[in-house]
Amino acid sequence: MIGRIVRFFGDAEQAKRRRWLLAATLLAVFVADFFVAREHVVFFWDAISGWAALFGFLSCVAIIFISKALGRQGRLMRREDYYD
Amino acid sequence: MTDWVHPGLLFVVGALPIPWLSGRPRQAWLILVPVLAIANMATLVPGDYGAFDFAGVALLVGKVDKLSLVFAWVFTIMALIGTVYALHVRRPEQHVAAFLYVGSALGVVFAGDWFTLLVSWEIMAFASAYLIFAAAEAPAVRAAFRYLMVHVTGGVLLFGGIVLHGVATGSFLFGPLGEEGGLAYTLILVAFMLNAAVPPLNAWLTDAYPEATVTGAVFLSAFTTKTAVYVLIRAYPGAEILVWLGSIMAIYGVVYAVLENDTRRLLAYHIVSQVGYMVVGVGIGTEMALNGSAAHAFAHIFYKGLLFMGAGAVIYMTGRRKLTELGGLYRTMPVTVFLYMIGAFAISAFPLFSGFVSKSMVIAAAAGDQRAAVVLMLTVASSGTFLHTGLKLPYYMFFGKDCGLRPAEPPLNMLIAMGLAAVLCIGIGIFPGVLYALLPYPVDFAPYTGAHITGSLGILMFTLLGFVVFLKALDPEQTISLDTDWFYRKGARLFMWFAEKPVARWEGAVSALSDTVVLRVLHASARGGLLVDLHVVDAIVNGVARTALAWGATVRRLQTGIVSHYAAAMIGGVLTGMAVYVVFWAG
Repeated sequence: MIGRIVRFFGDAEQAKRRRWLLAATLLAVFVADFFVAREHVVFFWDAISGWAALFGFLSCVAIIFISKALGRQGRLMRREDYYD
Repeated sequence: MTDWVHPGLLFVVGALPIPWLSGRPRQAWLILVPVLAIANMATLVPGDYGAFDFAGVALLVGKVDKLSLVFAWVFTIMALIGTVYALHVRRPEQHVAAFLYVGSALGVVFAGDWFTLLVSWEIMAFASAYLIFAAAEAPAVRAAFRYLMVHVTGGVLLFGGIVLHGVATGSFLFGPLGEEGGLAYTLILVAFMLNAAVPPLNAWLTDAYPEATVTGAVFLSAFTTKTAVYVLIRAYPGAEILVWLGSIMAIYGVVYAVLENDTRRLLAYHIVSQVGYMVVGVGIGTEMALNGSAAHAFAHIFYKGLLFMGAGAVIYMTGRRKLTELGGLYRTMPVTVFLYMIGAFAISAFPLFSGFVSKSMVIAAAAGDQRAAVVLMLTVASSGTFLHTGLKLPYYMFFGKDCGLRPAEPPLNMLIAMGLAAVLCIGIGIFPGVLYALLPYPVDFAPYTGAHITGSLGILMFTLLGFVVFLKALDPEQTISLDTDWFYRKGARLFMWFAEKPVARWEGAVSALSDTVVLRVLHASARGGLLVDLHVVDAIVNGVARTALAWGATVRRLQTGIVSHYAAAMIGGVLTGMAVYVVFWAG
């Protein structure tokens, strides 16, 4: 059972099904956000349906590219023998 | 006194017979000690224990209250899990070091006075350093020395702060430090932040933890930073600076995790990030925020231990630790993948996992305090957490490009330990009430609201979308990243150059001068004295000359020419100077 679940996420022949599963999950999560009760609205974005999806995606992209820029252009990344 | 057994003492005493046991009896003993400690936890009743008077100073070895109990619970349970994971290790000294480490961490947690805290703090530093030394490879030994140097420095700051605080207030009982900005307040805060790995004092952690033994790193991931969170909760609740440093910390670890190629160093950067949430909670300082910090520390220890166990299992079975050299292991290690992913979902705060019910307390406390920027920073860090520990690391370690290795699952004891941690990660997520009941303040918080669930899933699943779309950009590279350890790793080299070149040359010149000129003058004057006044004062002159000769010889002997001796003398001099300053002027 565990082996089967893990293989589903690894084997190349399942790639198509994985993509469908991802698309369905994303859609479900996005749509569900429009149907929940919003009692604790502290900041303006708490009231916006779909905000979390947008913010999550943008955060992810920002983290990847800003970090890589710091690593490359910011010279944080060095050869492995830098300290030797 | 008799109705109280210090849980830390059980581990310290329990460590003693380990070297004389072997085989099954030793394994049984290793399990028995943490089991007894857990059973003992159930008997502890809040109160003050082990109070005594030492040279006129009131000390208190055991202060038991809800806050110390929640940390002691998670420490003892994690000690059991870590011990099960390490059960196959034959070298007794690693088990001894681990037990002393757990024991001293519990010593900090129950410390009712600053001296008990300091002594436990120092034992913790040395015992934990051994878990890095024990890896025995040259990079590990060097990292362990750096680790030890940093923690000894932290210990000196703590000691200085404690003495100043004690002299100023007349009490050495451990409690909140009210007066903001004083030297004692600052010294102790810096020492605590160092152990909590708050940037820029974080590099010791990410430098040393990945070099530790496979089993040692599991212990390391649990105790040092979380004792630091504990003492911060005790001494600095509501310190505004911690809100900002904690928020920066949460992002800092995430940024470095993008760049990292070493599996356990990536996880270590996520310790920094996760402890950031706890530090934010301490800084906000409301009851809900402090509850959140304690709850997050509790949940964190299990999922981070589980993640380190998973990465450790891969290193143990393959001998490889770089993402660029791994991949495709899911075919033969599915159980490890499955258990690792439970830890990954827990740290990412998926609903039904432990991080969901603890991290959200801190964020809700920040929202309740109207801190929009903090909430946004912590949310970005949440996205980054899933991106790295939940996606990047498992993808490149277990899936992705096939590295061609077909390792078996790790030994059964390792899988059992991971299973125990996984059960707790899910159990806490499904039954948060059990954890909430342990927290220091009454909990009025419901994590499972519709908006919170869809909001969290929105952040996480669309992070996954970003990962899938930009996967290529995340490919690990064969590099290391510069962190603040650069200053002492390169700085030490500069110091050694300075000691070897200018200082040694100056020293050479001075000794040449004393050899050629000073001694000759002394000789000549002695001889001259002998000639000029052989009869009247020869005894005196002889005496002076002999003294001068002897002095010259002594000076020459002192000048060993070994640079480390000069360095030690210089450091000793600087420390003495600082001590004199602190005691006589700064007080």
